[in-house]
Amino acid sequence: MIKVSKCQGIKVSKTDIKIQDLFKNLFFYFILLPFAFCILNLNCYAQSISSTELIENAKQYDGKTVTYTGEVVGEVMLRKTGAWVNISDEEGVIGVWMPFELIDEIAYKGDYKTIGDWIEIKGIFHRACPEHGGDLDIHAQSLRKMKSGEPRENMIIDQTKKKVLFWLLGVLCIVLILRIFIRK
Amino acid sequence: MLLKPQIKDIKITSFYLGRIILGLGLVLIIPCLFAVLNQEINPALDFAISSAIALIAGFLLITFCKSKEELNWMQAMGMVSLSWIAAMFLGAIPLYLSGHWASYLNACFDAMSGFATCGLTLVEDLAHLSRAHNLWRHLMMFVGGQGIVIIALSLFVRSSSGAFKIYVGEAREEKVMPSVISTARFIWLVSLVYLILGTTTLASILTAEGFSLKSAIFHSSCIFMAAFDTGGFAPQSQNIAYYHSFAFEITCMVLMILGALNFKLHYALWSGNRREIIRNIETTTFFITVMCAFLLVVIGLTKEGTYPAGLMLFRKGFFQLISAHSGTGYMTIFAPQFIKEWPVFAILGIIAAMGLGGAVCSTTGGIKVLRLSIFLKTLGNEIKKIMLPRSSVVTDKLHHVKDMVLDERQVRMALLIFLMYLGLYGIGAVFASLYGFPFLASLFESVSAGANVGLSCGIINPSLPALLKIIYILQMWFGRLEFIAIFTLFGVLIAAVKGR
Repeated sequence: MIKVSKCQGIKVSKTDIKIQDLFKNLFFYFILLPFAFCILNLNCYAQSISSTELIENAKQYDGKTVTYTGEVVGEVMLRKTGAWVNISDEEGVIGVWMPFELIDEIAYKGDYKTIGDWIEIKGIFHRACPEHGGDLDIHAQSLRKMKSGEPRENMIIDQTKKKVLFWLLGVLCIVLILRIFIRK
Repeated sequence: MLLKPQIKDIKITSFYLGRIILGLGLVLIIPCLFAVLNQEINPALDFAISSAIALIAGFLLITFCKSKEELNWMQAMGMVSLSWIAAMFLGAIPLYLSGHWASYLNACFDAMSGFATCGLTLVEDLAHLSRAHNLWRHLMMFVGGQGIVIIALSLFVRSSSGAFKIYVGEAREEKVMPSVISTARFIWLVSLVYLILGTTTLASILTAEGFSLKSAIFHSSCIFMAAFDTGGFAPQSQNIAYYHSFAFEITCMVLMILGALNFKLHYALWSGNRREIIRNIETTTFFITVMCAFLLVVIGLTKEGTYPAGLMLFRKGFFQLISAHSGTGYMTIFAPQFIKEWPVFAILGIIAAMGLGGAVCSTTGGIKVLRLSIFLKTLGNEIKKIMLPRSSVVTDKLHHVKDMVLDERQVRMALLIFLMYLGLYGIGAVFASLYGFPFLASLFESVSAGANVGLSCGIINPSLPALLKIIYILQMWFGRLEFIAIFTLFGVLIAAVKGR
């Protein structure tokens, strides 16, 4: 028996519905989903892996594309074909090899006076990089700045330390005077 | 019968200790001035406070314990041991005030590690540490590497016989020059000449590798101080791996080897006696042990395929080996990689190299290759004596700057210290194992601390149990002073309680 359903006055058989569902599924799985994946891939990254996880399981991640997030610290070392940027995720620091075009994004490098840019990089992880003499590194393919760096607020003078120093210098003067008297 | 130390003994020891502390107070002014120049205000306050405390303590001791008498052996040994403890407590003050060390104990750990030229560290967030504090970390190595009391010898001590006792107390048996004070000054001269040459070379490399000139000079001077003094601290947490430079690594290796050589050999080379480098028993033994240990490392790493190319083996395997054998502790790999990626065979090669160390009268720690040579020579001669007829005479001879015949006392001392080092390594390994760490990793860290190397496989970190931190501090102290001075101090303390 063929079940018939009414839809906007057109009679549609169950076989037709199945064919329609199949097309819907095909459209969803082969066109819409890959398209959505491509769009999403441009704008967001996979979950970031910590430096500890990468270092301790280096063999597992070797040659794979990873996402790593952290603060740019130290110098950006420009070389002939790219640059070395060291990125700290608060657990550790990993050296990232970057093409020149990605370097322009970096404005702040972390040190005593500065908080570096917080960036997310996507690239290929190497346990022992054949290009760089066996270094454990990441070759960045893309970079996204998550938070811009800024000068640190440690330039304000610590008043307690100032007071302690003042008292200590006072004691030192007394000791020196005492020494002069004892010598005499 | 034990004799209780007299007030006079305490007075003389305190007087000389005061001078050493005074010297440290003056050295602390260097990073203070550097902080002011670098516009690092709070670090400048940290160093000013520390310097003021040291100067107050130093002046109080030399004022109230004033003495014109010369040190005897017991007083000199006790004073040297105490001066290293005093240096640790004072050197830790600016570190703790920076807020980058979780506790004062952690700061003390790093201060002892610095002065003992070890290189193990418990610092947190090194990337944001001020340059002045970073300079202090490396300056501690430079001061400790030459010997804390060497400063005092060069500056304050005029009497030659008292100076010799202090010099020996700091685990230096050999004089380069006829007098100890001129030897101390020669050691400083060598170090300063190499400082200029080494810093210039490293800075040129870093400038070519993309550093700004100011940064290149700062990093180079820090790295030089820690490399030549076989220390192992670096301004960034990745250590030498931070620089990603083959040329930089090669230069570091040269500096580490120079630091591991006997100052007597440096003097011979400076005087034009270049053949000495081939003839000297220490350099030949050092070369042979490096090659043997490298063989172990290469076999292990090749078998596991850890580093498939020759260049990788050299930059990772050979660099780590030279760093271990010279007692420096510089790394081009991450600490956990030793245990996670290196095979046991290669790790054993590194442990053996760390345990042996470099030359006597150098800045390295560990058993020292001269003692190994004496041990092997004596062993060989004992076998010879068994094999030869009874009437034959076998003499223990070796060439160390000049031909020398080994006497029984030298052999006994060498073997005694050799055994004490083995005991020191074992004790540290057992303690770490009791805390649940694997034995191989425990042995690695223990040898590294006891031989003042600084390589780590990851056990040593800020969250380490406090008792284990204290044990490592003691290991660094014992390892640096080579036992005798510290045992004398303990003897004095026991005599103070039990003596009459």
